[in-house]
Amino acid sequence: MSNPPRVAPSPSPVAQASHGERGFWRTFIFSTDHKTIAKQYLSLGIFMAFVGGYLAYVMRWQLAFPDTSIPGFGFVGPETYNAIVTNHGTIMVFFVAMPILLGSFGNFLIPLMIGARDMAFPRLNMLSFWILAVSALIILTTFFIPGGAASAGWTGYAPLSARAEYTGVNWGINLWLLAHALEFASFLMGGVNFLTTAITMRAPGMTFFRLPLVIWQLLTASVIFLLSVGPLIAAAVMLLMDRLLETSFFVPEGGGDPMLWEHLFWFFGHPEVYVILLPGLGAALEVLAVFSRKPIFGYRWIIYSTITTGVLSMIVWAHHMFVSGMDPRLVMPFSISTILISVPIALIIFSMILTLWKGSIRLTTPMLWALGFIVMFILGGLTGIVLGSAPANIQVHGTYFVVAHFHTVLLSVVIFGGFTGLYFWFPKMFGRMMNEPLGKLHFLLTLIFFNLTFFPMHAVGLAGMPRRIANPLQYEFLTAAQPLNVQITISAIGLIIAQLPFLINFAWSIVAGKKAEPNPWEAATLEWTAPSPPPHDNWGETIPTVYRGPYEYSPPGVREDYLPQDRALTARSAQEKR
Amino acid sequence: MTRMAAVSEQSAPALRGKIAIWWVIASEVMIFGGAVGSYIMARAASPGWSAEAAHLSTSLATINTFVLLTSSMTMAMAFAAYQKDDRRGVQKFLLLTILLGLAFLGIKAYEYTSHIMEGAAPWSGPFWAFYYLLTGLHALHIIAGVVVNFILLLAAGSGLSTGYRIEIAGLYWHFVDIVWIFLFPLLYLSH
Repeated sequence: MSNPPRVAPSPSPVAQASHGERGFWRTFIFSTDHKTIAKQYLSLGIFMAFVGGYLAYVMRWQLAFPDTSIPGFGFVGPETYNAIVTNHGTIMVFFVAMPILLGSFGNFLIPLMIGARDMAFPRLNMLSFWILAVSALIILTTFFIPGGAASAGWTGYAPLSARAEYTGVNWGINLWLLAHALEFASFLMGGVNFLTTAITMRAPGMTFFRLPLVIWQLLTASVIFLLSVGPLIAAAVMLLMDRLLETSFFVPEGGGDPMLWEHLFWFFGHPEVYVILLPGLGAALEVLAVFSRKPIFGYRWIIYSTITTGVLSMIVWAHHMFVSGMDPRLVMPFSISTILISVPIALIIFSMILTLWKGSIRLTTPMLWALGFIVMFILGGLTGIVLGSAPANIQVHGTYFVVAHFHTVLLSVVIFGGFTGLYFWFPKMFGRMMNEPLGKLHFLLTLIFFNLTFFPMHAVGLAGMPRRIANPLQYEFLTAAQPLNVQITISAIGLIIAQLPFLINFAWSIVAGKKAEPNPWEAATLEWTAPSPPPHDNWGETIPTVYRGPYEYSPPGVREDYLPQDRALTARSAQEKR
Repeated sequence: MTRMAAVSEQSAPALRGKIAIWWVIASEVMIFGGAVGSYIMARAASPGWSAEAAHLSTSLATINTFVLLTSSMTMAMAFAAYQKDDRRGVQKFLLLTILLGLAFLGIKAYEYTSHIMEGAAPWSGPFWAFYYLLTGLHALHIIAGVVVNFILLLAAGSGLSTGYRIEIAGLYWHFVDIVWIFLFPLLYLSH
């Protein structure tokens, strides 16, 4: 018998890439190239954003002009409205924010920034994406089945969700749960892939403390997803058993406990916020360093803060449940941990602002989005402190104030953080530059309409308008707030229209944008040492070797104002540069 | 430089697999942790469950515990055989592991059948709901492990070039075993 090698020979990625022509299906559809998969995640995310945005438009129209025929939809009754609220939330969180910020950025950036040729498990990577695609298809399908789509809220609170007769929706919610299961499976596989790649496949010289911050944040996001989603998977199985086998995990009549669902849901639901936040934060950090031409302020402290945030995010979940009837002794600890989590996050924001301090700021489109991110995120974060403290929370719980808070804070991440990354890495992804004036117009319109949409929601919430009601006019005391509702709706439509310059820019630039240099932004991280767009194996023959940290901007004694991570600098060459 | 990169790519598959499976196990710990934690909390809150728990057959579960522990041993022996390049040994011990896994599932199926015949179905009360949830989730993991081991058995037939996967599958199999070590006292021994 032949001697088995202790370590199996792996086919060289270079040899794999040199197979060259792989045909349409293997190149564009069932590709194992992490860059193609990243684009697939991006396309799915943008497509689902349209669906989610359309649902938001229907909701807003109904709230401003209740029970009128909605252009492009028709009449919305309370049942349909519930289904729309539910799926707007589910789609935006699980099929827009996660695919774009974690799926697309993670897939694109992790191998390129650590100096790997692909992910650790390229075929698993392909499987992750296609499972997500099937999951998205299932969510879309539920709108067209008898009984309609899931309508128990995106949180699926029991007992409402635990029996078909409570909502009148049977297969809508069963399939909604199935879509969640597939979504979780997809991102679990993706997370395992991200972590294994970053742990085992870093280029020579790429130590953990030379990794760009966005990589640290993508990895932390993957870890907290892996560790928080388990209880919700268990809960989803239990809920499905309640619905299909008539068990009573969450149904009080049968001896179950509806609170259990809330605990298990938010045990995942809150860390999920940070799963979305951290990659957006990371994108903004990268961009701020590049366009301030300064090293990031407090590199290691940002990493420690990121990890602290990840740890704390696991023990704050019950702040979603202050009025749920849980043991009141739990309120104070969770209130404290919630306010505590703003400390590491504030430290990161502080570092962002200090990175700008005395920098040579270049106001490019990605930089504008990153600056917008800082401003909007602080605004959203402040109401987070309000909601984290139990006395204030109990007053405004379940009102539009909460809706205003999480849209300001989460959309500042998804919209501002997402576009920061997209405008910044677009040249690397597609090999062409985006149009700057159109990008700036997009930013300006989005910033204006974003604030006109979400800021007044705080006021509507403080006026007492509850979330998830289909018709505010059925309450006498809300008629005073109705003009604001109309204004919010008009602004929301404006916010949707404000995305047109982006779409035009995006489509036009992919086809006919100016060809991008390998390093158009003069950035120091490894992805900019590869051609734009990078070939299948990213660097051709030789993987770069890393000599320094990712943010060596304006170092003393060097003629250019930055030092790429892969440039060897001997004492003599430094002298020559002088 | 090229050489360094080549080395790091070479040593990868076994190491990558091992790191990946540890992350998978970490997330599985949280899945079972959520389910088991819910069971403990629910049971602590309502004292009336011991009569139902007494219906379970401790002796069958003890036999099953023994079967599963033995299968962990044979799995470890399959890996030991791989380290000695002993293909027949690998095949023998993988087959034994698969058979023991199937024996566990057989006994479990017998238990399920007798409970349901007695009228103790998932919808018969909170204890039974949790019993079927926990043992069902665990049984699904056993089935997955048996499938993986079967694939490895087939692969071992055509040589041991990817035999490092036995260690990775073994880590998973031991984990599923350990889950049972928690379920056994929590469900069968705490009347």
